Amino acid sequence: MTDSGRSAAVVIGKDGLAALVEVLVERGRTVIGPTARDGAIVLAELASAEQLPYGWGVELEAGHYRLRPREDGMAFAHSAGPQSWKTYLHPQRVRQWSAERGPGGEVTLRADSDPAPSYAFLGVRPCDLRAIAIQDRVLTGGTYADPAYRDRRDGAFLVVVECTDPGATCFCVSMGTGPGVGEGDDEGYDLALTEVLDDAGHRFWARAGSAEGAEVLALLPRQQGLGTVAAEATATAARESVTAAAGRMGRSMPPVSLQRLMAGSLDAKRWDDVAARCLTCGNCTMACPTCFCTTTEDVTDLTGDHAERWSTWDSCFDLDFSHLHGGPVRESARSRYRQWLTHKLGTWHDQFGSSGCVGCGRCIVWCPVGIDITEEAAALHAETWSMLESPEGGARP
Amino acid sequence: MSANPKLAVWKLASCDGCQLTLLDCEDELLALSGKVEITHFLEASSAAGPGPYDLSLVEGSVTTVADAERIRHIRAVSRRLVTIGACATAGGIQALRNFADVEEFRAAVYARPDYIDTLATSTPVSAHVPVDFELRGCPIDRRQLLEVISAHLAGRKPGISRHSVCFECKRRGTVCVTVAHGTPCLGPVTHAGCGAICPAYGRGCYGCFGPSASTNLPALIPRLRTNGLDDRDVVRLLRTFNAYAPDFAEASTALERDEGSTP
Ligand code: SF4
Ligand code: SF4
Ligand code: SF4
Repeated sequence: MTDSGRSAAVVIGKDGLAALVEVLVERGRTVIGPTARDGAIVLAELASAEQLPYGWGVELEAGHYRLRPREDGMAFAHSAGPQSWKTYLHPQRVRQWSAERGPGGEVTLRADSDPAPSYAFLGVRPCDLRAIAIQDRVLTGGTYADPAYRDRRDGAFLVVVECTDPGATCFCVSMGTGPGVGEGDDEGYDLALTEVLDDAGHRFWARAGSAEGAEVLALLPRQQGLGTVAAEATATAARESVTAAAGRMGRSMPPVSLQRLMAGSLDAKRWDDVAARCLTCGNCTMACPTCFCTTTEDVTDLTGDHAERWSTWDSCFDLDFSHLHGGPVRESARSRYRQWLTHKLGTWHDQFGSSGCVGCGRCIVWCPVGIDITEEAAALHAETWSMLESPEGGARP
Repeated sequence: MSANPKLAVWKLASCDGCQLTLLDCEDELLALSGKVEITHFLEASSAAGPGPYDLSLVEGSVTTVADAERIRHIRAVSRRLVTIGACATAGGIQALRNFADVEEFRAAVYARPDYIDTLATSTPVSAHVPVDFELRGCPIDRRQLLEVISAHLAGRKPGISRHSVCFECKRRGTVCVTVAHGTPCLGPVTHAGCGAICPAYGRGCYGCFGPSASTNLPALIPRLRTNGLDDRDVVRLLRTFNAYAPDFAEASTALERDEGSTP
């Protein structure tokens, strides 16, 4: 099987992309992909590839997002939008069970077991592919696996599209998560596409990463009149533009062990500085593709005979997130911002064996006051570094 | 069925919108009337039953000496007292008087100022008596009201979140109007509960539910300015239904003071 990916590499055109959506819909999948709506490139159910954001790009900065028309008509020349795939794989509100009390007082419990939708995600960016893998480890690894997440995840068909036009807030290179994907069957995608636009036309270099991916790819119309040489040229152009994208990252992380930097800067003054700017609004955690926290809500109705348990997205910026007997443990904005950053970049390694950040830049863009995770990490690094220079000494992370 | 808890609905200075939310619970009213004895609800019936009451819902702020006395009576005859709406929880729009001179208003507005008997301030119920739970909003949200009553009946804590409206936007998948459109929005400092209605229609949040449990107005105000508001606009934005909620009042007063100090 390891060979299937490579041998199935083909070049498809816009009609091939249209056929891809059709094939996936015919196979009973709910196709989710990017589309321009409400002044952003959002994720939504696609009935046809015409809904893809052809001719739309984005202008990104800290606390700033604008749609920009692109004359070149590219479909995937934009980076991470306001939502991520967790919207579908780890929905914001899920009922876990309901209970009914009958006339005789007997209680019947019913676990929620709606069949998981069969998704196809079109346009998963390489950083988001890694974010999905991180949520997989969190939500299906260890003792407390979430079976409903596993069902949604197992049934999902992933079409990755490599990045050729990173945004000003992207730093996947620092995090080792993009802008390209590897080849083969263990990369975690079913199909990988790279959009190429040059004198030879607008086309997509496509290859399969799974048996089902190869099956689907075989059903798509190849670009007409393309000989082996031209197909090779497309592959080369695709690889080159992904390599070029790696050189155009808008942001970067300090090139040190972020895990050790976080562990070594818990008392930094910088936390007070950022706490003065932070609104504790929670947008960063909600926008982040790896943040997984939920809270449990038990509800009863007026009769008291019907009860339900819901799991709802939560955030460590919510005061009640750390509510223990007597009140919240993390009362100050300082402690809550520090929880977020040290979890993403530091303690996530201890807990789940990887970074909790994939460098997508969403938390930078969607922070209403433009607090920048890379800038905060750099400032913490600078402050801790100066500790080393000072007479009191101190260890460099 | 006299074992059913007794519910009373009271009104101080307010527009009645919040109590109407109770009548708005059309589908649930029947279930409700089967579970509680609605003994005092003048909006629905003029027959007022005698106290004491298990649960009193109080709408409106305290603006007269008579109301200040009434709320003490209500407290005395109520096992649980829940205030509903911006008037009862923060003083309401009528608390704009707290930032001005009521004598001037009285003279300017009324033909016979001497007919008007009013206090110099409009204050929330909690400024007068202990309150068991405050339900925010102008007006309150129907589902939240049912949740508060259901929770009371079940003897549990109401599941009412104290975080920002941003949580609600992100959960429902609304594109942030501040970040993507440059629209001024109070969402990051406003108490959730409405379901983030305004941003879903492309408008900034007006702060109807008052401050969240964790605000940082000094950090948000510069962002409102870059979105085109001048300081007077910001003061106006903060001084609506929840003008006198401490976080909003403090920020608007500080802005006015700074404005006054610049030549
Ligand atoms: S922490 Fe920020 S940059 Fe990193 S994955 Fe989350 S949203 Fe993306
Ligand atoms: S950063 Fe906060 S919200 Fe995100 S996973 Fe960690 S604790 Fe949860
Ligand atoms: S860092 Fe930004 S998005 Fe996150 S809680 Fe603070 S103000 Fe909100």
